[in-house]
Amino acid sequence: MNEQIIIAGFGGQGIMLMGQLLAYAGMLEGKYVSWLPSYGPEMRGGTANCNVIISDSPVGSPIVTEATTVIAMNRPSLDKFENSLKKDGLLLINSSLVDRQAERKDVRSYYIDANDIANQLGNLKVANMVMLGALVELTGIASIKTVLESLKKVLGPSKQHLIPLNEQALERGGLRVK
Amino acid sequence: MAEKVLMKGNEAIGEAAIQAGCKYFFGYPITPQNEIPAYMAKKLPKVGGCFVQAESEIAAINMVYGAAGAGARVMTSSSSPGISLKQEGISYIAGAELPCLVVNIVRGGPGLGGIQPAQSDYFQATRGGGHGDYRMVVLAPSTVQEAVDLVMDGFDIADMYRNPVLLLGDGMLGQMMEPVEFKERKPRQLPEKTWAATGWKGDRPRSVINSLFIDPAELERHNIKLQAKYDTIEKEEVRYEAYNTEGAQVIIASYGTTSRIVKNVIDDAAREGIKIGLIRPITLWPFPKEIFAKVVGQQTVKAVLAVEMSLGQMVDDVRLAVNGQKPVYFYGRTGGMVPRPDDILRQVKMILGGEA
Repeated sequence: MNEQIIIAGFGGQGIMLMGQLLAYAGMLEGKYVSWLPSYGPEMRGGTANCNVIISDSPVGSPIVTEATTVIAMNRPSLDKFENSLKKDGLLLINSSLVDRQAERKDVRSYYIDANDIANQLGNLKVANMVMLGALVELTGIASIKTVLESLKKVLGPSKQHLIPLNEQALERGGLRVK
Repeated sequence: MAEKVLMKGNEAIGEAAIQAGCKYFFGYPITPQNEIPAYMAKKLPKVGGCFVQAESEIAAINMVYGAAGAGARVMTSSSSPGISLKQEGISYIAGAELPCLVVNIVRGGPGLGGIQPAQSDYFQATRGGGHGDYRMVVLAPSTVQEAVDLVMDGFDIADMYRNPVLLLGDGMLGQMMEPVEFKERKPRQLPEKTWAATGWKGDRPRSVINSLFIDPAELERHNIKLQAKYDTIEKEEVRYEAYNTEGAQVIIASYGTTSRIVKNVIDDAAREGIKIGLIRPITLWPFPKEIFAKVVGQQTVKAVLAVEMSLGQMVDDVRLAVNGQKPVYFYGRTGGMVPRPDDILRQVKMILGGEA
């Protein structure tokens, strides 16, 4: 396994958290992992992205130049990263916010209405977990169980009450692409 | 075995320092290293230590000077422009022979430059950025785990030789997350800090922390004594990684984050039948000269290529170490731009094809 993942969207959509959960889950399943954020004078509503590598061998460069997966949570992210994807790579598009189809025909594209699903669950903030559920279902990078375990560690003791909602979001995302 | 945790480079550096017994941190905020002071501010009071956000970098390094003079395990961290401000204090600390750890999470320069990763502070780090005949031990980790291990060793090296130690990272290493393990380690046998100024009660000679020697003969003697210490460090503390060097056609010299990118290049080149080796200095000073002399002497080696996130700084040391045995080339990006694996491989092919 050598998954090279780019996750991108607006600041505030939980982009960094998605990447961290993936990296954490990869680590718990015994893989070599790295997580690299874009950093700079950024703000809520600005653009944010992170690079995640999950591999069977030690991670060299933490920068993803040829992605096996791109998750585009908004339109600017799709515009920016569609071409970073390898041939036959996986392109996950948040169709609730992205108003166009993929231009690339040599990749596997999936459209997931993540914001709508999150709204149905009663909390827009879990749109990221819907996407993560879809990614895990499609790639088998880690099990949903491990992602949940990671979430428990990352959220900390004061936010454990949010676990059931996040679990639902992960499941709904997975079902969407089954 | 300790449990693996996923941590940001900057936070891991903070935790490693605390586990190494660092009790005092003095600093002033600057991107991309802010998670270090933030971590220390949160954690140091819980271990009976003290965190102070000083009014400036210059104040911070002089607080380090004071705490080190009192025998404390103390550190500061900053990024390039802030480290420039600290140079006066670092020179005093070296002159007064005090141990401390300074962390530089390098960003692009000169001047205020930018906030993205760079390696353009190599000259400043290895040549003594401040005035006078002095050296700092410079440690250059390439992974978050190595940063943790080198922070812990760095405090010991500082105490061992009564000398400031610099950990040289960059914005990428500071910001990225990787699994780390805080291993049980065997601390070095360290000399007692009998020289520390801890309050005189008449039971020993007075401890004086000083870097002023008005009499030239005395100052020369002091410098010669420092030099003898640096000679010992050059003998005892050289560290490097030699990777895939046997039978290599080209040897790449690269350190820190850039060396990780080079490892990808080595794999890509192998698929095309090109054998590249890597010499990765872990101590930038003392520089691992001998391994260069040995490895490039192989018949298979056509040339050496230094790859840096600068416009050519470490390459000077590489040239000195290679000493004319083989041609030395350079490739670098700067200002916060990071070299791409395919660009590095293109350089290697140009060298092998005689076009470089």
